[in-house]
Amino acid sequence: MSQECCSANDSTSINPGMLRIIEDLSNPMERVTRVSSVLTWVDRWGSWKARWGINRMNYVISPGLYAVGDPDDSCPVLVTANYKMSFDRLRQELKDINAWILVLDTRGINVWCAAGKGTFGTAELVRRIAITGLDQIVSHRTIIVPQLGAPGVAAHQVRKQSGFKVVYGPVRAEDLPAFLQAGMKANRDMRAVRFTFMDRLVLTPIELVGIIKPVLMIAALLLILNITGAVKVALTGLVPYIGAILLGAVITPALLPWIPGRAFAWKGWLLGMLWAVFLVSKGAGFSGLPAVLNSLSYLLILPAISAFLAMNFTGASTYTSLSGVKREMKVAVPAIIGSAASGLLILLVACVL
Amino acid sequence: MKHLYLKNVATLELDSDKCNGCGLCLEVCPHEVFSLQGRVLQIDDRDACMECGACALNCPFDAIHVSSGVGCANAIIWSKIRGGEPSCDCGGCQC
Repeated sequence: MSQECCSANDSTSINPGMLRIIEDLSNPMERVTRVSSVLTWVDRWGSWKARWGINRMNYVISPGLYAVGDPDDSCPVLVTANYKMSFDRLRQELKDINAWILVLDTRGINVWCAAGKGTFGTAELVRRIAITGLDQIVSHRTIIVPQLGAPGVAAHQVRKQSGFKVVYGPVRAEDLPAFLQAGMKANRDMRAVRFTFMDRLVLTPIELVGIIKPVLMIAALLLILNITGAVKVALTGLVPYIGAILLGAVITPALLPWIPGRAFAWKGWLLGMLWAVFLVSKGAGFSGLPAVLNSLSYLLILPAISAFLAMNFTGASTYTSLSGVKREMKVAVPAIIGSAASGLLILLVACVL
Repeated sequence: MKHLYLKNVATLELDSDKCNGCGLCLEVCPHEVFSLQGRVLQIDDRDACMECGACALNCPFDAIHVSSGVGCANAIIWSKIRGGEPSCDCGGCQC
């Protein structure tokens, strides 16, 4: 049994070169892995890949206790998730700081999402404190949990069950040095979630990756139809649709607060409609199709595509409520389906004519 | 720039009789929904509530209630298809 405890902390899967095992800790049950506060290009490459959905669901480190710098029993304990990007974001802010990092098993999901699911939660926190023997490693009884872990953690329950007092740290790891310096006090700014232009932009690749499959399938289908001579569609005929996709999945998220209205689907619809109107005014379309029908299909299909993709960005955003999204979808989903379906029907009729 | 979402939808409720004004909800709220005047807690901006549930879970006096969940259209679509509550697993099973 004791061997299992040791192996649970053996994180040889990540950058073995930079990890060092501290052997001289009093608790022989536990080996603590020391990690650097400097990220290597391997870490950055890993983050980049995860943003593009490559190995994103398996970007994990082993749960357990880690050391940054040269911590002793009086040093702070910082809790995080076992999504490697979360772990990296935390440790890279700990230059010149000696601290312990307690990594919970969240199945490779970041702190906020895992807290929503409850995997970053009271039970796992209490369990991990016990497994790592934290009470024997530090002499104090305080742990710093990121504020965004609070939807899963009941501080008073953790105290009751483990004896450790939860102090909620700042939302962003970058504020940790200031937070620690101030005697574990977060100011108002540290407590508020932002959702800046760059915050939104880094989340758009995964939106694109999510729809690349159906897009390629439709492109392949059109190619086959072309070859068999069923219809004559130039590949440039895809441009309006690719434009609608980019508007919904990238441009709407990027410009989010500046687009009038509140519902995400509406914002996407608006940009998609502007795009469709622009195309119609330019007279763009499938060669040979009746212009009126073609224009009508654009006006119905393109805004629907943008609206749907923009609506899906609610999940990436930091401020939409479940009740709000449900309300939005009650109107948006039937409208999107109706609009897209009638547009396709018109397109079909136009092709047959 | 403050992001604004739909008005009058959030399910956040405060039971002032149970609240003792400890202020832990202010600490965990990511959107500055609450304010404390002395020991009296107020909901300042209910429309900013994203129903994450952190305040309710961390209230030692059970004074806050909110029907919490993920505000994600994709999760809601998948929950309709597969049943169950909307969750953050992007439709895939990570078991």
